[in-house]
Amino acid sequence: MCLGIPGEVVELLDTDRHLAKVDVAGVRRNINVSLLEDEGIVPGDWVLIHVGFAMAKIDQAEAQAALETLQEMGQAYADEVQAVMESQIA
Amino acid sequence: MRFVDEYRDPAAARALVAQITELAGDGHYKFMEICGGHTHTIYRHGIEHLLPTSVELVHGPGCPVCVIPMGRIDDAIAVAQAPGVIFTSFGDMMRVPGSRGSLLGAKAQGADVRIVYSPLDALRIATENPEREVVFFAVGFETTAPSTAATVLRARADAVSNFSIFSNHVVIGPPLRAILESPDLSLDGFIGPGHVSTVIGQRPYHFVAEEYSKPLVTAGFEPLDILQAIAMLMAQIHEGRCCVENQYTRCVSEEGNPRALAILDEVFELRPTFEWRGLGYIPDSALKPRAEFAQWDAELRFAVPGVRVEDPKACQCGEVLRGALKPWECKVFGTSCTPETPIGTCMVSAEGACAAYYNFGRLHREVAVTMGGVA
Repeated sequence: MCLGIPGEVVELLDTDRHLAKVDVAGVRRNINVSLLEDEGIVPGDWVLIHVGFAMAKIDQAEAQAALETLQEMGQAYADEVQAVMESQIA
Repeated sequence: MRFVDEYRDPAAARALVAQITELAGDGHYKFMEICGGHTHTIYRHGIEHLLPTSVELVHGPGCPVCVIPMGRIDDAIAVAQAPGVIFTSFGDMMRVPGSRGSLLGAKAQGADVRIVYSPLDALRIATENPEREVVFFAVGFETTAPSTAATVLRARADAVSNFSIFSNHVVIGPPLRAILESPDLSLDGFIGPGHVSTVIGQRPYHFVAEEYSKPLVTAGFEPLDILQAIAMLMAQIHEGRCCVENQYTRCVSEEGNPRALAILDEVFELRPTFEWRGLGYIPDSALKPRAEFAQWDAELRFAVPGVRVEDPKACQCGEVLRGALKPWECKVFGTSCTPETPIGTCMVSAEGACAAYYNFGRLHREVAVTMGGVA
C-alpha cells in the first residue's frame, strides 16, 4: 500500500476525469492525475504513483534510481506492482 | 547481509558515515524517524549498524496501520458484517487483530471483504454493484488522504450513493508534538517523512525547531538519503543551528502540493480527538468527512460499536510506536508475536518496526553483536 512507485505517463485519457495511462514495469494501467492538475502532466513525464494516484512528477534519473531501490526491496515491490496490475481505475 | 559496498555509491556512504562519526565525537545522539518507509529502509540496509555507537536511531509512529487501536478494527469488522455490505480495504489492514479477530477472519466467516489497491477501485465496485453498500477502509497519513478525498469528490460528481468511507486517516503534526511533549524521550532531532512531505511540504514541521528547538531533516528513501539526512542533523547540532532542512528536494518542496492540500481540505476536517495506539488520545490528529459529505461517511451510515479496547497485556506496540522500546526489547517479540501469529500491529504491517526488524534487521544485529558492535 505505502510504496510510491515510478511510472511513465504514456497517454492522457480523459481530462475531465483526470485519467492517464501509465507504464509501470512494462504494464500499462490507468491512474488518476487530479492531484497534479496544476503541474500539467504530459506523455513522457515520470510520476510517483501511490494507491492509483500520481503524487509527484519526478525526472527520469530519479525514476530510474527509485526503481532500482524498489527492485532491491524484492517482495514488497513485486506485491505493489501486482496490486497496480489488478487495479482497474476508470 | 548488506555491506556498504553494496550501496549505490559506497564511497559516498563511507564518507557520510565518517562525517557523522567525527561530528558525534564522544557524545550520544538519538534521532527519531516517523515514516514507515524509512523504518523499512533503515532495517533493510542495516543502517543502524553502519552508524557509530554514538548515534542511535529510534522509530516513531510512522506507520498509519500500526497506530490504529483495536477498537477501530472492531468497528471496521462491525461494518463489514452489516447486511449487504462489500467492505473494501488495503491489504495491510486485513490481518490487523481486533479484539475478536481480524478482517481476514471476518471474511473467512462470510463477510464480503475485498482487498483493493486504490480507493477508486472501491468506487468502481460500488458503481458495478448498485444494490450493495460499498465501504472503503480509509487508512493513511497525508500521503494517502488526498486520494481518498479525490475519490469522494468523484463519488459526488458521479452521484454514486452506495459508496462511503470509514475514515481512519491521521495527520503527522500532532503525534510529532505529542512525542516532543513526552517526558520519557530525549531526542536530539528528527528525520522527516518522505511522501507525507511531498503533500504537506516543510512548513508544518517548523514548530519542531521553533518551539522545541530540535532540528528536523526531511529525507528520501534510499540508504544514502537517510545517511545524508543524519549528517545534516549532526552538522546542525555541531554548528549550533536548529532548523527544518530538506534532503529530499527532488520530490519535496517547501509548500508541498497545494492542489492535494486543497482537495484534502475540501472534503475532510479534523476530528476533535482520536485515539492512537501508544500515544493515547490526541486532539486534532485525525480526519473525518465534512458535514456536506455526510452521505459518504460510513460512521454516519452504519452503527459502529465505538468501544475502546485495550491492547492485550502482552502487547508492547504502544511503547515501540513511541520509540520507548526497540522491537527486540518487546517481551513477546519473535516468540508469541511473529508475522505469522501477530499479537500487535507493529508485527502485522509491512512498515511496522517489528515486522521490518523481524524480516530484515535481525540478521544485521546478530552479525553486529557477534562482531562486537552495538547490542
